[in-house]
Parts: sequence; C-alpha cells; structure tokens
Amino acid sequence: MAALDDVQVKEGVDQETVDAVQSVGGKYKYGFETDIEIEYAPKGLNEDIVRLISEKNKEPEWMLEWRLAAYRRWLQMEEPDWAMVDYPEIDFQDQYYYARPKSMAEKPKSLDDVDPKLLETYAKLGIPLKEQALLAGVEAPEGDRRVAVDAVFDSVSVGTTFKDELAKAGVIFCSISEAIQDHPELVKKYLGSVVPQSDNYYATLNSAVFSDGSFVYIPEGTKCPMELSTYFRINAENTGQFERTLIIAEKGAYVSYLEGCTAPQRDIAQLHAAVVELVLLEDAEIKYSTVQNWFPGDEEGKGGIYNFVTKRADCRGDRSKVMWTQVETGSAVTWKYPSCILRGDDSQGEFYSIAIANNMQQADTGTKMIHLGKNTKSRIVSKGISAGKAQNTYRGLVSMHPKAQNARNYTQCDSLLIGDKCGAHTVPYIEVKNNSARVEHEATTSKVDDEQLFYCRQRGMDEEEAVALVVNGFCKDVLQALPMEFAMEAQALVAISLEGSVG
Amino acid sequence: MLEIKNLHVGLEEEDKQILKGVNLTVETGKVHAIMGPNGSGKSTLSYVLSGKDGYEVTDGSAELEGVDILDMEPEERAAAGLFLAFQYPVEIPGVGNMTFLRTAVNAQRKARGEEELSAAEFLKVVREKAKSLKIDADMLKRPVNVGFSGGEKKRNEILQMAMLEPKMCILDETDSGLDVDAMKLVAEGVNALRDAGRSFLVITHYQRLLDHIKPDVVHIMADGKIVKTGGPELALEVENNGYADILAEVA
Ligand SMILES: Nc1ncnc2c1ncn2[C@@H]1O[C@H](COP(=O)(O)OP(=O)(O)O)[C@@H](O)[C@H]1O
Ligand SMILES: [Mg+2]
Repeated sequence: MAALDDVQVKEGVDQETVDAVQSVGGKYKYGFETDIEIEYAPKGLNEDIVRLISEKNKEPEWMLEWRLAAYRRWLQMEEPDWAMVDYPEIDFQDQYYYARPKSMAEKPKSLDDVDPKLLETYAKLGIPLKEQALLAGVEAPEGDRRVAVDAVFDSVSVGTTFKDELAKAGVIFCSISEAIQDHPELVKKYLGSVVPQSDNYYATLNSAVFSDGSFVYIPEGTKCPMELSTYFRINAENTGQFERTLIIAEKGAYVSYLEGCTAPQRDIAQLHAAVVELVLLEDAEIKYSTVQNWFPGDEEGKGGIYNFVTKRADCRGDRSKVMWTQVETGSAVTWKYPSCILRGDDSQGEFYSIAIANNMQQADTGTKMIHLGKNTKSRIVSKGISAGKAQNTYRGLVSMHPKAQNARNYTQCDSLLIGDKCGAHTVPYIEVKNNSARVEHEATTSKVDDEQLFYCRQRGMDEEEAVALVVNGFCKDVLQALPMEFAMEAQALVAISLEGSVG
Repeated sequence: MLEIKNLHVGLEEEDKQILKGVNLTVETGKVHAIMGPNGSGKSTLSYVLSGKDGYEVTDGSAELEGVDILDMEPEERAAAGLFLAFQYPVEIPGVGNMTFLRTAVNAQRKARGEEELSAAEFLKVVREKAKSLKIDADMLKRPVNVGFSGGEKKRNEILQMAMLEPKMCILDETDSGLDVDAMKLVAEGVNALRDAGRSFLVITHYQRLLDHIKPDVVHIMADGKIVKTGGPELALEVENNGYADILAEVA
C-alpha cells in the first residue's frame, strides 16, 4: 500500500487503465477457446458421478464417503431465492461435472511435460507458468515480486510453480487433489471445518463434486516467501467448475494469496460454484485477493457464468487477521459473500470490494462479519458500480454476539450509477447482542456526474477515458488494498468492463 | 485565432435564448477581456465554445484558426488548442491531481499524433511549473480540487493550462473569490504564458485583474451580446461608473 501512495507508481497505474481502454476494442478479451481434446464424465449428477470424480482423483475411501454424505444432503436441499438475482432455472442434470484435457490423464511430472496447448492458453491469458515470471503487464518493481501459480483448467490443476522453493520454507502449495493424497491428515482436519458440508445449497453441491482447487499450508511463524495465486480457467462447454480452496495459516503465519478467473465467450450460461475456506490460528494473517472476470454474457444477457461462491475465513486464534479484497467485474450472475468469523479475541476481519455490473449483469455480493470474540474489529468498504441495465446489490451482515465485548465494525458502502436504466441496492443486516459493541454504517449513492465528465473532456480525454478515470477514483480505497500486481490489472479491468456504458 | 460570428445560443431543455448574436474576433497573440453584469451570458459563451452539453446553437459560427469548432467533441476542441479555466472547477474524488494532469496531457498528445511524455519527463515539467504557481507536492498528490481552497482551485486551473500549452485560453472569472496575493499569482501565471502564438479571452467582473493582465481589447457583454468594445480604458470606465452608463448609452 505504501508503494501506491507514491506518485510515480500511481501515474503508471493510471496510464495502464487508459492504455487498456484504448487497446481493447470494447470486448471481453479472454473469450477465446482452447481447442483441445477433453474427456468428460457422463452428463448429469448422481452417486456414480460423485464416485467417478473421486476415482479420477485417486482419492482414499474417507474422501469419497465425505463427498457422498454431501451429495445425499444436497438432494434434500432447496436452491436459495433470497438474493436479488433473476436467472432461468438451472437444470443440474444438464451439466457435465467433470472435464479434463485428455493430455492430463497422466499427471505431468513437471510443467515441462504439460501439453503445450495448455501452456499456450495461460500464456495468452498473461499467466506465467515459468518460475521467474510475473503476472501480465507488470514490470518488476525493485526487489523480487515473484508469484507462485496454481493453474486450474476446467476440473483439474495443470501445474503449480515454485513448489520446491516454497517447500524449503515449509510452505505447502499444491492442488487440493494432491493434498488429499499427500497430506491427508491436514485435509481431514480442516476440510469442511469452516464451511461445513451442509452449509448452503451451492457449498453442499461443491462438497459433493469439487474436482480440484488449491491447498496452502503455512507453518507456524512463517511468512510465505512469495505471493501465491491460483488462476481458474473454464474452457469446456456445458461444464460446471467446482473448485475448492483450503488455506491454513498456523500461529504467526502470513500469506498473501491472489485468485483470478476467466472463461470463453459462449451463448449458454455456465455454472461455477466454489468454496474457499481459510483457517487462521493465533497471530496469523491472510490476505486473500480476487479478480473475478468470468465471461459476463453479451449485451443482451446471453451466456455468461453463474457464479455461486461460498468463501469464509475462520479467525480461530487470538489476534489473527484476515483481509478479503475482491474485484468482481465478470459473471452474468454473482452470488458471493466472503465472510469472517472473528472467534479469537482481538481478531480482525476486513472486506474490500469493487463490484461492477454492466449491460445485463446481476451482482448480489457483500460480506458477513460474525463477531464472537472480545475486542474483535471489522471493516467493510464496498464500492458498487452499475451501468447499462445491470442490477447491483450489496448485502452484508454484521453480527455482534453476546461475548463480543468492545467489538467494532465500520461499514462504508458506496454505489455509483452510470446511466439511468441500472439499479443499486444496499441491504445491510445488523445484529447487536452486546451493549459495548459499536457498529457504524455509512452508505452513499451517486451518479457519474456530467460536470466531471465535461471537465475531463475539456482537458482532452475522450468519454471512455473520462469515465474510467472517474470510476477508478471512486474505487481508489479498494484498489489500494490490492497487492500491486493486481491493482494494475484490476484498474485496467474496471475500465474495460465499463466500455460502452456511456454515450 | 478565434472568430465568432453572429452566435445565437439557447438552452436545449427549455425555450430560452441566452446568446443573441455575439460577434467577436480574437487575434493571434492578443489578450481580450470580456466584462459584463451577472447573467449576461459570459459563462455560456465559454461553455458553448468548449462544447458543453445542454446548449443549442441556433445561428452563427465559431472558428478556431479557421476551423469550425461547433460540431467538434469537447476533447477534439481541447486537442485543437482550446482551453477553458472554469469559473467553478470540478472536484474528482480519488483521482490524484498528477494522474489527472498526466492523463490529460497524454490524451492530447495522442490525439495530435505526438509521442507521450514518460513519467519522468512529465514529473520534471510539472514540478517546475507547479513551483512558480506555489503549488506544493502535497497539492499535486491530492485528489483533483477536493478540499482545495478557492485560490488553490484557480491556481490549479492555471497549472493545467501551463501544462497543456493551449493556443486559445479562455479564463472564466479566474479572479473571483481570490485575495490580492492569490490574484497576483494567477496573473503572473497567465502572463508567463503570454506569447505571440497564444491568445487569451479573459472573462472578469473586475478591473483589478486587468491591472495585472493587461488586455489589448476590452468588450462589454450585456443580455447575450457584445454591446461595446474598446481599449483598456473601457475597463476603468466600468470600474469607476459601473455598467449603468454604458448600458444606457447603447440602449
Ligand atoms: N443550464 C442552464 N439552465 C438554465 N439557465 C441557464 C443555464 N445556463 C445559463 N443559464 C442562464 O443564462 C443566463 C446567462 O448565464 P451565464 O452565462 O452564466 O452568465 P454570466 O456568466 O455572464 O453571469 C442566466 O440568466 C442564466 O441563468
Ligand atoms: Mg459566469
């Protein structure tokens, strides 16, 4: 963050935005498809499919049982309908639940053995699967800013970089399917301990059919020597992606984790239901940043990803600290509430969010801050931007439990409207069961101001540059919370997702 | 440089005529001043020339260096060299002043097919120009005009003008709300930019700015028209007698 305050750096960041707006001709730039042979599980969902996924991942019996229990539970649940999103009924039998590039049938021993077409896909997406590279478009600032990447393609992890170097520090960074095989004691202990199998409709579905995802373990007292990231790519048609991420930060451990997602441009909507669990012991700290750029559907609302995600952090240890930062620009439908359970005394949760909905996109997103421990603190900064005919809802819960002595929450919730056919909604739920707890909530709604745009244009910027500049200004508090690599990408993305929203 | 002929302008939204036949020619390298009572249409003229929405040109023309500008987008007029120092500069929260300036400078350069300035070059030039306007590093970092005092806002306008190096500068009441020292700074900023190739149209209420920025020509505007044109002495006349005499004389 300190670096972002520096004028010169900020200059560079903004120039990126402007360049991005001008270079990309108004279209989703990750919409290409990789032409590759895919092996599918039979269409539809039943116990056999669950068994098949487990078998493909060479899982032990206990894992299969865990999945089956979730599946049986799921059959008895109903899809929630309280969110302010409206989409055609999902036919869960008309989906593929497992899709793997044929070339991944035998797990490659190293990245050198990975199918060049897959490597090419990630190169095209700007994701480096080489161990000295950085995220796209980012020049190395001084010092090393290396990022380890786990690349997930449809249902499988293609490879993970820097594994050995991380292992030297005691850090485990691998796909969850590998973790189930290689670190069963950790997975058994923590999987489902933050988001139980029965948590909600989509999380339960995920528990039954998740195919891959990332696993991170940071041992006691260890600061992870580099940023970790997972890049999710949906490629196969009619296929849901169900990934599962589990991050464990032992006492005094620290890690910054980044997550990015894209998908090809298709007419038919696709399902994505992920679960992310974070476990924090005493004095641990996790920063979890997401840039979600799934295909949003076209201008008429055709296609796009339905994104139903359950993300939760459990601050079990005293003084632990979690920070969720998300930039949600993609998906046709977003249903996502990264949450913090502030169980440890003096633990802290932060949630910074930019949610952009353009054209026909619908976003219902926010957070839950559950204050259980004494002196727990939480901070929510949400920036919702609506354009086109989009609907954007902030939904948040702040709950102060009886033992949350002196707990504090501060919520700032700002909405920005571009044009007059879109909507912004703020739905805060507040529960206070301890008199010493304090909750502060501020909310604003504004429109992109014509006077601001004219001022920018009089100085020489075109309309889209002007909008990008004003919107990035509106989002600044959140952009600053992102690691630098992501801040630039996110800023460019903000501009791109709003293209065509004016004039 | 700027040639306005018989310009008639009304509001788009309601049936109201504001400019009723403005004729005005500003020669290259000259400084013209426009004075006139509140509501006479001075700001409207500056907005119409720079391309703000909401106005409808019903008759007449405006040319910048022989090119009709009235059909151009605001940013095209800017790139062509037209600059407006706003009477009420707009605040843009979250956007650093420096970022704004650099985006603007490079947008214009790009539009003219020129090479963009690198971050380092840009920084060097800004610091120089900011210094002479007594704009410190802090003000350059702060969001555009947010929390700026009246004087800071106006100095910031002049900084933008200095950075963009326009050919035709329109200043709309850049002196209003300034104390004597601030006004001197602004005037010095403007004078530093005076150049054989650059013209100014200075809109003001008060003679005192014109003590510092010496105009070549002074116009009086009333009820949407230029009603009288003269030399610097015309500004003194207004200062001493107000508009009443002049208006009575031309009525
Ligand atoms: N957008 C607008 N809507 C309504 N009235 C306007 C608008 N712009 C200008 N006017 C009117 O036009 C007249 C001229 O205004 P203006 O150009 O601001 O004058 P000046 O700058 O000389 O004080 C005034 O009567 C003002 O109220
Ligand atoms: Mg005025």
